[in-house]
Amino acid sequence: MSAPLLEARGLVKSFGENRVLRGIDVVVPAGSVTCLIGPSGSGKTTVLRSLNGLEAPETGTVRIGDVDLDWAARPDARAVSRLRGQSGMVFQSHNLFPHLSVLDNVTSGPVFAQGRPRAEAQEEARSLLARVGLADKADSFPVQLSGGQQQRVGIARALATRPEVVLFDEPTSALDPELVGEVLQVMQSLAAEGWTMVVVTHEMRFARQVADQVLFLDGGVVVEQGPPSRLLVEPREPRTRQFLQRLLDPL
Amino acid sequence: MNAIDWDLVRSSLGPLFQGLVRGTLPLTVVTFALGLALALLVALMRLSGNRLVSGVARAYVSIIRGTPLLLQLFIVFYGLPSFGITLDPWPSAIIALSLNVGGYASEAVRGAILAVPRGQWEAAMTVGMGRVTTLRRVVLPQAARIAVPSLSNTLISLVKDTSLVSVVTVTELLRRAQEIAGQSFEFFTLYGVAAVYYWVVCLVLSFGQTRLETRLSRHVAA
Repeated sequence: MSAPLLEARGLVKSFGENRVLRGIDVVVPAGSVTCLIGPSGSGKTTVLRSLNGLEAPETGTVRIGDVDLDWAARPDARAVSRLRGQSGMVFQSHNLFPHLSVLDNVTSGPVFAQGRPRAEAQEEARSLLARVGLADKADSFPVQLSGGQQQRVGIARALATRPEVVLFDEPTSALDPELVGEVLQVMQSLAAEGWTMVVVTHEMRFARQVADQVLFLDGGVVVEQGPPSRLLVEPREPRTRQFLQRLLDPL
Repeated sequence: MNAIDWDLVRSSLGPLFQGLVRGTLPLTVVTFALGLALALLVALMRLSGNRLVSGVARAYVSIIRGTPLLLQLFIVFYGLPSFGITLDPWPSAIIALSLNVGGYASEAVRGAILAVPRGQWEAAMTVGMGRVTTLRRVVLPQAARIAVPSLSNTLISLVKDTSLVSVVTVTELLRRAQEIAGQSFEFFTLYGVAAVYYWVVCLVLSFGQTRLETRLSRHVAA
Protein backbone atom coordinates (compact mmCIF):
# COMPACT_ATOMS: atom_id res chain seq x y z
CA MET A 1 0.00 0.00 0.00
CA SER A 2 1.34 3.44 -0.94
CA ALA A 3 2.10 6.10 1.69
CA PRO A 4 -0.78 8.36 2.66
CA LEU A 5 -0.86 11.74 0.91
CA LEU A 6 -0.91 13.73 4.15
CA GLU A 7 0.65 12.71 7.39
CA ALA A 8 0.85 14.88 10.51
CA ARG A 9 2.48 13.45 13.63
CA GLY A 10 2.67 14.61 17.21
CA LEU A 11 1.36 18.17 16.76
CA VAL A 12 1.74 20.18 19.95
CA LYS A 13 0.70 23.82 20.22
CA SER A 14 0.00 26.27 23.05
CA PHE A 15 -1.51 29.73 23.07
CA GLY A 16 0.18 31.18 26.13
CA GLU A 17 -0.63 28.89 29.05
CA ASN A 18 -3.35 27.15 27.13
CA ARG A 19 -2.28 23.89 25.47
CA VAL A 20 -4.61 23.55 22.52
CA LEU A 21 -2.92 20.60 20.79
CA ARG A 22 -1.48 17.82 22.93
CA GLY A 23 0.07 15.47 20.40
CA ILE A 24 -2.23 15.02 17.45
CA ASP A 25 -1.80 12.63 14.53
CA VAL A 26 -3.73 13.01 11.28
CA VAL A 27 -3.21 10.59 8.41
CA VAL A 28 -5.07 11.21 5.17
CA PRO A 29 -4.93 8.81 2.21
CA ALA A 30 -5.00 10.31 -1.28
CA GLY A 31 -8.49 10.87 -2.63
CA SER A 32 -10.17 10.57 0.75
CA VAL A 33 -12.28 12.92 2.84
CA THR A 34 -11.41 13.42 6.51
CA CYS A 35 -13.77 15.31 8.80
CA LEU A 36 -12.57 16.84 12.05
CA ILE A 37 -15.37 17.24 14.54
CA GLY A 38 -15.50 18.28 18.17
CA PRO A 39 -16.70 20.96 20.55
CA SER A 40 -15.44 24.52 20.16
CA GLY A 41 -12.04 24.91 21.73
CA SER A 42 -11.22 21.27 21.01
CA GLY A 43 -8.35 22.30 18.73
CA LYS A 44 -9.81 21.14 15.41
CA THR A 45 -9.34 24.46 13.62
CA THR A 46 -5.82 24.77 15.05
CA VAL A 47 -5.00 21.31 13.68
CA LEU A 48 -6.23 22.35 10.25
CA ARG A 49 -4.24 25.62 10.34
CA SER A 50 -1.14 23.69 11.39
CA LEU A 51 -1.35 21.64 8.20
CA ASN A 52 -0.61 24.77 6.12
CA GLY A 53 1.41 26.76 8.62
CA LEU A 54 -1.15 29.46 9.41
CA GLU A 55 -0.42 28.30 12.94
CA ALA A 56 3.05 27.17 13.90
CA PRO A 57 3.00 24.20 16.31
CA GLU A 58 5.90 23.94 18.75
CA THR A 59 6.63 20.35 17.79
CA GLY A 60 5.35 17.77 15.39
CA THR A 61 5.86 16.97 11.72
CA VAL A 62 3.66 17.53 8.69
CA ARG A 63 4.17 15.91 5.34
CA ILE A 64 1.98 16.54 2.30
CA GLY A 65 3.05 14.67 -0.82
CA ASP A 66 6.80 15.10 -1.08
CA VAL A 67 7.07 18.19 1.12
CA ASP A 68 8.11 17.58 4.71
CA LEU A 69 8.20 19.96 7.64
CA ASP A 70 9.53 19.43 11.15
CA TRP A 71 8.03 22.13 13.36
CA ALA A 72 10.49 21.47 16.18
CA ALA A 73 13.32 22.59 13.86
CA ARG A 74 11.83 26.11 13.63
CA PRO A 75 11.41 26.10 9.84
CA ASP A 76 11.95 29.42 8.04
CA ALA A 77 9.26 31.23 6.05
CA ARG A 78 10.35 29.61 2.79
CA ALA A 79 10.00 26.10 4.14
CA VAL A 80 6.57 26.93 5.54
CA SER A 81 5.40 28.44 2.27
CA ARG A 82 6.62 25.34 0.41
CA LEU A 83 4.37 23.23 2.62
CA ARG A 84 1.54 25.73 2.24
CA GLY A 85 1.82 25.43 -1.53
CA GLN A 86 0.69 21.81 -1.27
CA SER A 87 -2.78 22.74 -0.04
CA GLY A 88 -5.61 25.13 -0.71
CA MET A 89 -7.86 26.55 1.97
CA VAL A 90 -11.51 27.52 2.27
CA PHE A 91 -12.22 29.81 5.20
CA GLN A 92 -15.24 30.09 7.45
CA SER A 93 -15.73 33.72 6.45
CA HIS A 94 -14.61 33.17 2.81
CA ASN A 95 -11.95 35.92 2.95
CA LEU A 96 -12.44 36.78 -0.70
CA PHE A 97 -10.50 39.82 -1.94
CA PRO A 98 -13.21 42.53 -2.06
CA HIS A 99 -11.36 44.76 -4.54
CA LEU A 100 -11.04 42.00 -7.16
CA SER A 101 -13.71 40.54 -9.43
CA VAL A 102 -14.76 36.95 -8.93
CA LEU A 103 -12.57 35.90 -11.87
CA ASP A 104 -9.56 37.80 -10.51
CA ASN A 105 -10.09 36.24 -7.10
CA VAL A 106 -9.87 32.80 -8.65
CA THR A 107 -6.83 33.63 -10.77
CA SER A 108 -5.04 35.46 -7.93
CA GLY A 109 -3.04 32.41 -6.88
CA PRO A 110 -2.10 31.17 -10.35
CA VAL A 111 -1.22 34.64 -11.70
CA PHE A 112 0.17 36.60 -8.72
CA ALA A 113 1.83 33.71 -6.88
CA GLN A 114 2.55 30.98 -9.40
CA GLY A 115 3.34 33.28 -12.31
CA ARG A 116 1.17 31.37 -14.76
CA PRO A 117 0.04 33.16 -17.95
CA ARG A 118 -3.09 35.20 -17.31
CA ALA A 119 -5.03 33.93 -20.33
CA GLU A 120 -4.46 30.32 -19.40
CA ALA A 121 -5.31 30.94 -15.74
CA GLN A 122 -8.52 32.75 -16.70
CA GLU A 123 -9.63 29.91 -18.92
CA GLU A 124 -9.05 27.46 -16.11
CA ALA A 125 -10.76 29.79 -13.62
CA ARG A 126 -13.85 30.00 -15.81
CA SER A 127 -14.15 26.24 -15.91
CA LEU A 128 -13.69 26.11 -12.12
CA LEU A 129 -16.43 28.70 -11.72
CA ALA A 130 -18.67 26.61 -13.96
CA ARG A 131 -17.70 23.66 -11.78
CA VAL A 132 -19.11 25.40 -8.67
CA GLY A 133 -22.14 26.67 -10.60
CA LEU A 134 -21.08 30.30 -10.96
CA ALA A 135 -20.10 30.57 -14.63
CA ASP A 136 -22.20 33.72 -14.99
CA LYS A 137 -20.65 35.52 -12.01
CA ALA A 138 -17.07 35.85 -13.29
CA ASP A 139 -17.30 39.63 -13.63
CA SER A 140 -19.21 40.27 -10.41
CA PHE A 141 -17.57 41.46 -7.24
CA PRO A 142 -17.73 39.47 -4.00
CA VAL A 143 -20.07 41.97 -2.33
CA GLN A 144 -22.68 41.35 -5.03
CA LEU A 145 -22.93 37.64 -4.21
CA SER A 146 -24.88 35.72 -1.58
CA GLY A 147 -22.99 34.02 1.24
CA GLY A 148 -23.28 30.63 -0.43
CA GLN A 149 -22.02 32.01 -3.73
CA GLN A 150 -19.12 33.73 -1.99
CA GLN A 151 -18.15 30.48 -0.35
CA ARG A 152 -18.30 28.65 -3.69
CA VAL A 153 -15.97 31.28 -5.18
CA GLY A 154 -13.71 30.62 -2.19
CA ILE A 155 -13.71 26.93 -3.15
CA ALA A 156 -12.87 27.73 -6.77
CA ARG A 157 -10.05 30.01 -5.61
CA ALA A 158 -8.65 27.25 -3.41
CA LEU A 159 -8.75 24.73 -6.28
CA ALA A 160 -7.14 27.12 -8.79
CA THR A 161 -3.61 26.59 -7.49
CA ARG A 162 -4.02 22.84 -8.16
CA PRO A 163 -3.37 21.80 -4.56
CA GLU A 164 -2.77 18.23 -3.41
CA VAL A 165 -5.20 18.70 -0.52
CA VAL A 166 -8.05 21.13 0.11
CA LEU A 167 -8.54 22.27 3.70
CA PHE A 168 -12.00 23.49 4.75
CA ASP A 169 -12.35 25.47 7.98
CA GLU A 170 -16.04 25.29 8.97
CA PRO A 171 -17.08 26.31 5.45
CA THR A 172 -20.79 26.53 6.24
CA SER A 173 -20.79 27.82 9.83
CA ALA A 174 -21.16 31.48 8.85
CA LEU A 175 -23.94 30.85 6.33
CA ASP A 176 -27.68 31.28 6.62
CA PRO A 177 -29.20 27.80 6.94
CA GLU A 178 -30.85 27.87 3.53
CA LEU A 179 -27.48 28.50 1.85
CA VAL A 180 -25.63 25.63 3.49
CA GLY A 181 -26.87 23.02 1.04
CA GLU A 182 -25.40 24.54 -2.12
CA VAL A 183 -21.93 24.65 -0.55
CA LEU A 184 -22.13 21.10 0.81
CA GLN A 185 -23.30 19.84 -2.57
CA VAL A 186 -20.25 21.34 -4.27
CA MET A 187 -18.01 19.78 -1.64
CA GLN A 188 -19.69 16.42 -2.07
CA SER A 189 -19.15 16.50 -5.82
CA LEU A 190 -15.48 17.41 -5.33
CA ALA A 191 -15.12 14.40 -3.06
CA ALA A 192 -16.72 12.24 -5.74
CA GLU A 193 -14.18 13.56 -8.25
CA GLY A 194 -11.40 12.31 -6.03
CA TRP A 195 -10.14 15.51 -4.37
CA THR A 196 -8.37 14.90 -1.08
CA MET A 197 -10.15 16.96 1.55
CA VAL A 198 -9.77 17.72 5.24
CA VAL A 199 -12.90 19.36 6.61
CA VAL A 200 -13.53 20.93 9.99
CA THR A 201 -17.30 20.87 10.30
CA HIS A 202 -20.38 20.67 12.44
CA GLU A 203 -22.42 19.22 9.58
CA MET A 204 -22.89 15.66 10.79
CA ARG A 205 -24.97 14.65 7.78
CA PHE A 206 -22.13 15.74 5.48
CA ALA A 207 -19.64 13.79 7.58
CA ARG A 208 -21.92 10.78 7.57
CA GLN A 209 -22.48 10.79 3.80
CA VAL A 210 -19.17 12.03 2.42
CA ALA A 211 -16.33 11.37 4.86
CA ASP A 212 -14.11 8.34 4.66
CA GLN A 213 -12.91 8.89 8.20
CA VAL A 214 -13.97 11.10 11.08
CA LEU A 215 -11.69 12.33 13.87
CA PHE A 216 -13.38 13.43 17.07
CA LEU A 217 -11.21 15.94 18.96
CA ASP A 218 -11.63 17.17 22.48
CA GLY A 219 -9.21 18.95 24.79
CA GLY A 220 -6.44 18.96 22.21
CA VAL A 221 -6.34 15.20 21.58
CA VAL A 222 -7.98 12.86 19.08
CA VAL A 223 -10.41 11.06 21.35
CA GLU A 224 -11.66 8.67 18.73
CA GLN A 225 -11.42 8.09 15.01
CA GLY A 226 -12.95 5.78 12.46
CA PRO A 227 -15.34 5.56 9.53
CA PRO A 228 -18.43 7.73 10.00
CA SER A 229 -20.77 4.75 9.76
CA ARG A 230 -19.19 3.49 12.97
CA LEU A 231 -18.03 6.59 14.85
CA LEU A 232 -21.16 8.65 14.34
CA VAL A 233 -23.52 5.74 14.93
CA GLU A 234 -21.84 3.68 17.62
CA PRO A 235 -19.22 5.87 19.28
CA ARG A 236 -17.04 3.97 21.74
CA GLU A 237 -15.90 6.87 23.88
CA PRO A 238 -18.29 8.50 26.34
CA ARG A 239 -17.09 11.98 25.32
CA THR A 240 -17.90 11.29 21.67
CA ARG A 241 -21.30 9.96 22.62
CA GLN A 242 -21.99 13.01 24.77
CA PHE A 243 -20.95 15.40 21.99
CA LEU A 244 -23.12 13.70 19.38
CA GLN A 245 -26.00 13.50 21.77
CA ARG A 246 -25.84 17.26 22.34
CA LEU A 247 -25.81 17.93 18.59
CA LEU A 248 -28.86 15.71 18.07
CA ASP A 249 -30.79 17.14 20.94
CA PRO A 250 -29.55 20.62 21.86
CA LEU A 251 -32.42 21.20 24.28
CA MET B 1 -12.73 104.62 2.34
CA ASN B 2 -12.88 101.45 0.29
CA ALA B 3 -11.30 98.39 1.82
CA ILE B 4 -11.13 96.72 -1.56
CA ASP B 5 -9.43 98.29 -4.55
CA TRP B 6 -11.19 96.51 -7.43
CA ASP B 7 -8.79 97.76 -10.08
CA LEU B 8 -5.94 96.29 -8.09
CA VAL B 9 -7.90 93.05 -7.69
CA ARG B 10 -8.19 92.84 -11.49
CA SER B 11 -4.57 93.67 -12.13
CA SER B 12 -3.25 91.32 -9.45
CA LEU B 13 -5.31 88.30 -10.54
CA GLY B 14 -2.77 87.44 -13.24
CA PRO B 15 0.42 87.74 -11.17
CA LEU B 16 -1.11 85.88 -8.24
CA PHE B 17 -2.36 83.16 -10.58
CA GLN B 18 1.21 82.80 -11.75
CA GLY B 19 2.33 82.41 -8.16
CA LEU B 20 -0.29 79.70 -7.80
CA VAL B 21 0.51 77.65 -10.89
CA ARG B 22 4.29 78.18 -10.87
CA GLY B 23 4.81 78.01 -7.13
CA THR B 24 2.08 76.65 -4.90
CA LEU B 25 0.69 73.92 -7.16
CA PRO B 26 3.95 72.35 -8.37
CA LEU B 27 5.32 72.50 -4.84
CA THR B 28 2.18 70.75 -3.56
CA VAL B 29 2.23 68.06 -6.23
CA VAL B 30 5.94 67.27 -5.92
CA THR B 31 6.07 67.25 -2.13
CA PHE B 32 2.86 65.23 -1.84
CA ALA B 33 4.21 62.58 -4.22
CA LEU B 34 7.57 62.40 -2.44
CA GLY B 35 5.86 62.53 0.95
CA LEU B 36 3.53 59.66 0.09
CA ALA B 37 6.40 57.48 -1.08
CA LEU B 38 8.23 58.30 2.13
CA ALA B 39 5.08 57.67 4.16
CA LEU B 40 4.68 54.18 2.69
CA LEU B 41 8.31 53.39 3.44
CA VAL B 42 8.05 54.69 7.02
CA ALA B 43 4.74 52.88 7.61
CA LEU B 44 6.28 49.58 6.47
CA MET B 45 9.33 50.25 8.63
CA ARG B 46 7.12 50.81 11.65
CA LEU B 47 5.27 47.57 10.95
CA SER B 48 8.53 45.67 10.56
CA GLY B 49 9.39 43.01 13.09
CA ASN B 50 12.90 44.43 13.35
CA ARG B 51 12.95 46.66 16.44
CA LEU B 52 15.77 48.86 15.22
CA VAL B 53 13.98 49.54 11.94
CA SER B 54 10.65 50.25 13.59
CA GLY B 55 12.39 52.36 16.26
CA VAL B 56 14.00 54.59 13.64
CA ALA B 57 10.64 55.08 11.95
CA ARG B 58 8.94 55.81 15.27
CA ALA B 59 11.57 58.43 16.18
CA TYR B 60 11.23 60.10 12.79
CA VAL B 61 7.45 60.38 13.09
CA SER B 62 7.76 61.67 16.63
CA ILE B 63 10.21 64.42 15.67
CA ILE B 64 8.22 65.52 12.62
CA ARG B 65 4.98 65.66 14.56
CA GLY B 66 6.58 67.21 17.62
CA THR B 67 8.21 70.24 15.98
CA PRO B 68 6.75 73.15 14.00
CA LEU B 69 6.88 72.92 10.22
CA LEU B 70 8.31 76.45 10.09
CA LEU B 71 11.16 75.32 12.32
CA GLN B 72 11.80 72.29 10.12
CA LEU B 73 11.98 74.60 7.14
CA PHE B 74 14.44 76.89 8.95
CA ILE B 75 16.65 73.95 9.91
CA VAL B 76 16.89 72.80 6.29
CA PHE B 77 17.40 76.28 4.84
CA TYR B 78 19.36 78.14 7.54
CA GLY B 79 20.67 75.26 9.66
CA LEU B 80 22.20 72.85 7.14
CA PRO B 81 24.73 75.39 5.82
CA SER B 82 26.52 75.03 9.21
CA PHE B 83 27.31 71.49 8.07
CA GLY B 84 28.48 72.72 4.68
CA ILE B 85 25.19 71.83 3.01
CA THR B 86 23.79 74.88 1.28
CA LEU B 87 20.56 74.41 -0.62
CA ASP B 88 18.61 76.79 -2.82
CA PRO B 89 15.18 77.87 -1.62
CA TRP B 90 13.25 75.46 -3.85
CA PRO B 91 15.15 72.28 -2.90
CA SER B 92 15.00 73.34 0.76
CA ALA B 93 11.26 73.84 0.54
CA ILE B 94 10.71 70.50 -1.21
CA ILE B 95 12.85 68.60 1.31
CA ALA B 96 11.28 70.17 4.40
CA LEU B 97 7.69 69.80 3.17
CA SER B 98 8.21 66.23 1.92
CA LEU B 99 9.73 65.16 5.21
CA ASN B 100 6.78 66.74 7.01
CA VAL B 101 4.13 65.12 4.79
CA GLY B 102 5.97 61.79 5.07
CA GLY B 103 5.79 61.89 8.85
CA TYR B 104 2.10 62.71 9.07
CA ALA B 105 0.92 60.55 6.19
CA SER B 106 2.86 57.52 7.42
CA GLU B 107 0.52 57.26 10.40
CA ALA B 108 -2.51 57.27 8.10
CA VAL B 109 -0.91 54.66 5.86
CA ARG B 110 0.09 52.50 8.80
CA GLY B 111 -3.39 52.67 10.29
CA ALA B 112 -4.91 51.78 6.92
CA ILE B 113 -2.63 48.76 6.48
CA LEU B 114 -3.53 47.57 9.98
CA ALA B 115 -7.22 48.03 9.22
CA VAL B 116 -7.14 45.43 6.44
CA PRO B 117 -8.48 42.27 8.10
CA ARG B 118 -6.05 39.53 9.02
CA GLY B 119 -8.06 37.04 6.96
CA GLN B 120 -6.98 38.88 3.81
CA TRP B 121 -3.32 38.18 4.60
CA GLU B 122 -4.14 34.57 5.38
CA ALA B 123 -6.15 34.05 2.21
CA ALA B 124 -3.36 35.56 0.11
CA MET B 125 -0.81 33.33 1.79
CA THR B 126 -2.88 30.19 1.21
CA VAL B 127 -3.01 30.85 -2.53
CA GLY B 128 0.78 31.09 -2.48
CA MET B 129 1.55 34.80 -2.23
CA GLY B 130 4.57 35.96 -0.22
CA ARG B 131 4.63 39.08 1.94
CA VAL B 132 5.56 41.52 -0.81
CA THR B 133 3.03 40.18 -3.31
CA THR B 134 0.35 40.15 -0.62
CA LEU B 135 1.07 43.78 0.22
CA ARG B 136 1.05 44.86 -3.40
CA ARG B 137 -1.92 42.86 -4.69
CA VAL B 138 -4.18 42.49 -1.68
CA VAL B 139 -3.39 44.75 1.26
CA LEU B 140 -2.30 48.09 -0.25
CA PRO B 141 -5.23 48.35 -2.71
CA GLN B 142 -7.60 47.96 0.23
CA ALA B 143 -5.52 50.18 2.50
CA ALA B 144 -5.59 52.91 -0.15
CA ARG B 145 -9.36 53.15 0.10
CA ILE B 146 -9.23 53.32 3.88
CA ALA B 147 -6.51 55.99 3.81
CA VAL B 148 -8.18 58.33 1.31
CA PRO B 149 -10.05 60.55 3.80
CA SER B 150 -7.06 61.23 6.03
CA LEU B 151 -4.61 61.54 3.13
CA SER B 152 -6.99 64.05 1.57
CA ASN B 153 -6.79 66.06 4.77
CA THR B 154 -3.01 65.93 4.56
CA LEU B 155 -3.10 67.14 0.96
CA ILE B 156 -5.45 70.00 1.72
CA SER B 157 -3.31 71.04 4.68
CA LEU B 158 -0.25 70.84 2.46
CA VAL B 159 -1.71 73.28 -0.07
CA LYS B 160 -1.91 75.87 2.68
CA ASP B 161 1.34 74.86 4.40
CA THR B 162 3.26 75.61 1.20
CA SER B 163 2.64 79.27 2.03
CA LEU B 164 5.25 78.94 4.80
CA VAL B 165 8.04 78.59 2.24
CA SER B 166 7.48 82.24 1.31
CA VAL B 167 9.75 83.01 4.28
CA VAL B 168 12.69 81.29 2.59
CA THR B 169 12.04 83.38 -0.55
CA VAL B 170 10.35 80.75 -2.70
CA THR B 171 8.04 82.64 -5.02
CA GLU B 172 4.61 81.10 -4.58
CA LEU B 173 1.13 82.51 -4.12
CA LEU B 174 1.54 84.17 -0.73
CA ARG B 175 4.96 85.60 -1.59
CA ARG B 176 3.59 87.15 -4.80
CA ALA B 177 0.79 88.72 -2.77
CA GLN B 178 3.31 90.08 -0.26
CA GLU B 179 5.46 91.54 -3.02
CA ILE B 180 2.58 93.36 -4.68
CA ALA B 181 1.10 94.48 -1.36
CA GLY B 182 4.51 95.80 -0.34
CA GLN B 183 4.43 98.18 -3.30
CA SER B 184 0.76 99.20 -3.19
CA PHE B 185 0.14 98.96 0.56
CA GLU B 186 -3.25 97.37 -0.28
CA PHE B 187 -2.75 94.48 2.11
CA PHE B 188 -6.39 93.51 2.55
CA THR B 189 -7.02 93.42 -1.19
CA LEU B 190 -3.97 91.34 -2.07
CA TYR B 191 -4.25 88.90 0.81
CA GLY B 192 -7.96 88.62 0.13
CA VAL B 193 -7.34 87.59 -3.47
CA ALA B 194 -4.68 85.10 -2.32
CA ALA B 195 -7.11 83.65 0.23
CA VAL B 196 -9.74 83.15 -2.47
CA TYR B 197 -7.22 81.31 -4.63
CA TYR B 198 -6.27 78.96 -1.78
CA TRP B 199 -9.89 78.38 -0.96
CA VAL B 200 -10.85 77.54 -4.54
CA VAL B 201 -7.99 75.03 -4.82
CA CYS B 202 -9.11 73.35 -1.59
CA LEU B 203 -12.73 73.28 -2.77
CA VAL B 204 -11.65 71.49 -5.93
CA LEU B 205 -9.62 69.01 -3.89
CA SER B 206 -12.52 68.33 -1.54
CA PHE B 207 -14.73 67.66 -4.53
CA GLY B 208 -12.08 65.31 -5.94
CA GLN B 209 -11.88 63.53 -2.60
CA THR B 210 -15.61 62.81 -2.62
CA ARG B 211 -15.43 61.48 -6.17
CA LEU B 212 -12.45 59.28 -5.34
CA GLU B 213 -14.08 57.89 -2.20
CA THR B 214 -17.20 57.00 -4.16
CA ARG B 215 -15.16 55.33 -6.87
CA LEU B 216 -12.99 53.33 -4.49
CA SER B 217 -15.88 52.09 -2.38
CA ARG B 218 -18.02 50.90 -5.28
CA HIS B 219 -17.18 47.25 -4.57
CA VAL B 220 -17.39 47.51 -0.83
CA ALA B 221 -20.98 48.55 -0.25
CA ALA B 222 -23.61 46.71 -2.24
